Parts: sequence; structure tokens; C-alpha cells
Amino acid sequence: MADETPAEIAQKTRPSLNEVVRAFTGGRPVQAGRVTLSVPPLVENGNAVGVTVTVDSPMTASDHVRRIALFNEKNPQPDIAVFHLGARAGRARVATRIRLATSQTMVAVAELSDGSFWSAKANVIVTLAACIEDLS
Amino acid sequence: MTRALINVPKTAKRGDVIEIRAMIAHPMETGYRMGPNGVAIPRNIIKRFACAYDGAEVFAADFFPAMSANPFVAFSTVATSSGTLTFSWTDDAGNTETATAEIAVG
Repeated sequence: MADETPAEIAQKTRPSLNEVVRAFTGGRPVQAGRVTLSVPPLVENGNAVGVTVTVDSPMTASDHVRRIALFNEKNPQPDIAVFHLGARAGRARVATRIRLATSQTMVAVAELSDGSFWSAKANVIVTLAACIEDLS
Repeated sequence: MTRALINVPKTAKRGDVIEIRAMIAHPMETGYRMGPNGVAIPRNIIKRFACAYDGAEVFAADFFPAMSANPFVAFSTVATSSGTLTFSWTDDAGNTETATAEIAVG
């Protein structure tokens, strides 16, 4: 349709949450646990949602977190951010602020140095969506 | 681009895990918004953030349009030696903004 906004077109073609997680892990299994995804359950303003991801890891040279990815279910694009850590991080904790277009599920996936993947999910209710289509 | 805000402890003991917070002023234009003339505003976001400790990268992040305007990130690193932390932000237009902070490790 000619009158569709870019956001609507993107919504139709975006991959599902499971597909993007699979792309990130290269198809390897993802286990639930070890990752804590902290996000407020009810958000007033989807333009700046505080998110904290913590991974249970000793962060030593032989056992640490390599990457942490954040994905969303219903924004026009599924990716939010990928953080690259290493043993020198000392602690596997990252905090940031994100946009959420609507109430949805978020998922955090951590890749450990042994090649295993762990994840956590969180549901967020957004009362004022991030403005993605028009100038506010 | 404009101003960056960085929060790094001035001093630390060797081996301490220090928390670093960094934010930069940037609109993070998603490419999904319409301008007043009905034409989509082109995407311009910060794609990459990196933090180097005495030249060695200790943390990096790839950002997507779902990051908030004025992107903020908090992370940690181990204080290994007195030196310089270098932060860099690169956006879609290819502009790179850098900032530095000194840390004294005793």
C-alpha cells in the first residue's frame, strides 16, 4: 500500500524474536537462567526505558561473558544493542536506556566464553509509546 | 556532534572493579519518523561505542535504532594501572566523537 509508513512496512517484514535469537546464537541452544534482565514492569514513557542486564559469571580469563545482546518483540527492528565484554570487565553488568514502541516482551541473551548461551525474558507494559512515526 | 558526559572514578586500588557511565548528546534519529513535509527523516544513530583502557579495548557496544536519544551506557572494568580511558562514539554519518578520562591506580 502506498500510504503505509516506513514503520508499518518494517513491522510486516521484521523477523520474530525467536528468529533473531537464533541468528545471534548461530542456532546453538539457549538455556534459561544465569541472566537477570531488570526493566520496570510498567513504563510511562517508552522513549527512555532504563534496562539493566546482569549475568552470573566469575569474569575470569577462563570463564567470562563475551557478549550480551538485547532484543525486542514489537519494535520495527528486533535489535536493541549488543555489548562486547571480556574478562577485563570484572563484573558482567550493563545498564542502558532504550526505546519501546509498545507493550511487549524483551529478551537478553548472554554468550559465555565456553560458547554457551543463556537468556532471560521480561514483559514490559508501555503507556506512552516511543514516537516512531511522527514528530511529536 | 556535541557534548559527552563521562563518569569514571579518579582513583582506584589495583584490581578494583570500577563502574563507568557514559552518555553523549545525539538525537539517534531512527529513520522511521516523518518530517513536516511527509518525507522520512533519514536514519542517523550512533552505531558503535567503544572504551579503551591504555589503548586496549575493554568494552564496546553496537547500537540499533531502539536505543534512546542521548545514548547512555553503564559498564565496569578492572582498574589495572594508572592511565587513560578513551571513549569513542561513531554515528551513521561517519562522525566519531572521542573523550578521555584519567584514572590513578594505587
